[in-house]
Amino acid sequence: MSKTRITRFFLCVVAVLSLTLNSTTGYTEDSVVNVYSARKEALILPLLERFKAETGIDFQLVTGKADGLLKRLEIEGEATPADVFITTDVGRLQRAKSANILQALDSEILQSRVPANLRDNDNQWYGMSRRARVIFYSKDRVDPSKLSTYEGLADEQWRNRLCIRSSSNIYNQSLVASLIEHIGVEKTEAWAKGVVTNFSRKPGGGDTNQLEAVAAGQCDITVVNTYYYGRLLNSGDPEKVAVAEKIGIFWPNQDDRGAHVNVSGAGVTKHAKHPGAAKKLLEFLVTPESQNWYAEVNNEYPVVEDAVTSDTLRAFGEFKADEIDLSILGEKNRDALQLMDRAGWQ
Amino acid sequence: MNLTALSGHTQVTRYSHSRGWLFSAVGVSCVILLPIITICAYLFAPPSDNWDHLVETVLPTYIGNSVWLMMGVTLGAGSIGVTTAWLTSMYQFPGRKLLTWALLLPLAMPAYIIAYTYTGMLDSSGPVQEWIRSSFGLQYGEYWFPEIRSVGGAVAMFSLVLYPYVYLLARAAFLNQSICVLEASRTLGCTPWTSFFYLALPLARPAIVAGLSLALMETLADYGTVQYFGVSTFTTGIFRTWFGMYDPVAASQLSALLMLFVFALIMLERWSRSRARFHHTTNTYQRLPEIKLQPGKAAIATFLCAMPLLLGFLVPVFQLLIWAMETYQEMVDARFLVLAKNSFLLAGAAAVVALIPALILGYGNRVQPSRVMQFFSRLAAMGYAIPGTVIAIGILIPLGAMDNVLNNWMRENFGLSTGLLFSGTVFILLFAYTVRFLAVSLQTVEAGLGKVKPSMDDSARSMGLNQTQVLKRVHLPIIKGSLLTAVVIVFVDVLKELPATLVLRPFNFNTLAVRAYELASDERLADSSTAALAIVAVGIIPVIILSVAISRSRAGSQSR
Repeated sequence: MSKTRITRFFLCVVAVLSLTLNSTTGYTEDSVVNVYSARKEALILPLLERFKAETGIDFQLVTGKADGLLKRLEIEGEATPADVFITTDVGRLQRAKSANILQALDSEILQSRVPANLRDNDNQWYGMSRRARVIFYSKDRVDPSKLSTYEGLADEQWRNRLCIRSSSNIYNQSLVASLIEHIGVEKTEAWAKGVVTNFSRKPGGGDTNQLEAVAAGQCDITVVNTYYYGRLLNSGDPEKVAVAEKIGIFWPNQDDRGAHVNVSGAGVTKHAKHPGAAKKLLEFLVTPESQNWYAEVNNEYPVVEDAVTSDTLRAFGEFKADEIDLSILGEKNRDALQLMDRAGWQ
Repeated sequence: MNLTALSGHTQVTRYSHSRGWLFSAVGVSCVILLPIITICAYLFAPPSDNWDHLVETVLPTYIGNSVWLMMGVTLGAGSIGVTTAWLTSMYQFPGRKLLTWALLLPLAMPAYIIAYTYTGMLDSSGPVQEWIRSSFGLQYGEYWFPEIRSVGGAVAMFSLVLYPYVYLLARAAFLNQSICVLEASRTLGCTPWTSFFYLALPLARPAIVAGLSLALMETLADYGTVQYFGVSTFTTGIFRTWFGMYDPVAASQLSALLMLFVFALIMLERWSRSRARFHHTTNTYQRLPEIKLQPGKAAIATFLCAMPLLLGFLVPVFQLLIWAMETYQEMVDARFLVLAKNSFLLAGAAAVVALIPALILGYGNRVQPSRVMQFFSRLAAMGYAIPGTVIAIGILIPLGAMDNVLNNWMRENFGLSTGLLFSGTVFILLFAYTVRFLAVSLQTVEAGLGKVKPSMDDSARSMGLNQTQVLKRVHLPIIKGSLLTAVVIVFVDVLKELPATLVLRPFNFNTLAVRAYELASDERLADSSTAALAIVAVGIIPVIILSVAISRSRAGSQSR
């Protein structure tokens, strides 16, 4: 190929690609919102479709693991097409903030509807649903009056009776981070060692597996996010319902700080090309309808007060939630992980 | 602009053709090496204090578990692969014809899916232990049952889905061994056993090692399975360090170390093989007279070949089917067909794209065998041993930077924003797959080129063909089968590939693997089964085509 032919070819390729890209990434004014979501497709797509129907704003979606998407946002920098970043835990939201990929979003609606401890101090992210991680016990083998707090899980009475996920799991990391904040590193480390001696089996599997292990008799107590339990209860599958019915829910630390709660949340990216649409999307996600949807479909607790929630959540009863400043969970994540490494929590 | 540099490239053709091959080979490996270099660049960064933490606490466990896994998989996948390959290529026994191709089926089963499936069956709450408890009136703990979530369990899972690599390459090697050599050994008084151990096995060693190294690299790169089993490996360590401790430097250093370790292993193996090169010097091929086994032995052979198929494919597929029966109505919709189409097209495109660098490298190595070339192509193939997410990020960094430069340049000069031209399109996925699966296509292409005797090149050249013509008219017809193998394996691998797809895919673009993973990781095993089955179903088609092609390519067989 001659030089001019190559030049022409190259320019053609660039032109064609950028045309197709322009049509897909949509640089026109806010007729579209582009979302990077760590929430799985099944738990975000229906809401986006409803958003589109109500506002006429189209959407484009990539789902994935929070860490990967966050890294992608970071590397894409100014050229990123993403407008909104959604995660399922506060640790990653905080990390996105410190990686400087989010922007402050001033919205009266969001600021008035989302309680202060469930959003960022600088308004860079907002909680979208609450997820409580609490104790579950075998109704046959455990007297719930013996249960009290997360701290109590390290007691000798639970020797070889506890199962829980691995320390690679972010919910466990957040829980330990909250303990570090409340009782300090030393006590938390002693606690973690106690918990490790109480393991009835090597950590592994998902939260549902822990519930099933309690029902099967492999262990007597576990710590699980409540929506997994709700899902078993509502599954309509008699075997799964039978598993859930063998298990009771216990809200720990009700006499002091309250039960550990994490949030799923969202923020607008720093280099968003459609900040207006992004703002509308976030506001849409805290409407009572959207908040109810999470309660109904995935048994997550709303962040707003006027949501109706679901029958399942009402059956779990009222509880006192730990009102710790959630950004601390993100900041102490590394400490939590290293502490669990030292304690031998695999 | 670098257009001058581009056009300068055309001058290369003025050099001799072999130089041309060398340059293209070096060029290709440099492009492929881009992400690997990006990761290795971190080796020169000062170690962070997280290293002290790692060394003091968990690193020994990570290394220990990884080594156990590797040894287990070598033993498991190696023995299954070699045994089945030998039996199906040398003996006649009931079911052999069916088993010959069916043994490849576990290739279509993603490791994390088989892990989820077996856990669902064998866990303390699974149907098997449930049955034990209810039929014998026992409580959990009153009977012994192997824990599936363990190093042993992980070894079993990997062996069951990775043995086909060994089987495939070993079988091709056995089939290509001249029967005359084996017959000569028999006339010299070797028993079947001794000719297997002293002749067939050493002759097939390069192929077996190639298959094993693929299996081992895939084992080391795996995250989904070991994470689910709670077995902490080197890969777990990389992820925890990167995303849990927010330390990309230490994590990249860990990845680079992993890569160096694998690289050293491969080099060590090649060195131990030393200068021994095996080429058949005779053209006297004969149809292999498969030995008919006596009923007793035949039953054992059938059993040995049926077990891997049963455990690695039929049992998990059966379980998936049971789950899918409950859920498929909700799961199969118009969108599901789009997923299948996306998966199929993506895997097809990637399989063809990944073949090109493999051909250039494999061929460059052959035309200009030099240590530098060897080194470069081995290094370029290291992508297979690195977790997909790490590779993905290693690709995102340079391509994202390129996109930003291009975007700014176009905006300043033409007022046109190109956005993410490379990193935001399917281009980056194809690149990632090429980097990750080059090892697969390269190994296979090289195995094929190994069948071409050096004397063939010499005679073709002496007849006045240039190197390119030799490739077209002599080599291509001989290595066609291997090329097909490479395309099929990469196709199936891409179909199953998850981590890079998850991080790099463009907007509104999902695949079957993504769907299966999302549901499974959301602990909705039953819901994920339909997508998992679809992966298997789409993967089976090319696997069957491949099996047929291999049986036809037998040296000395009638159809050639």
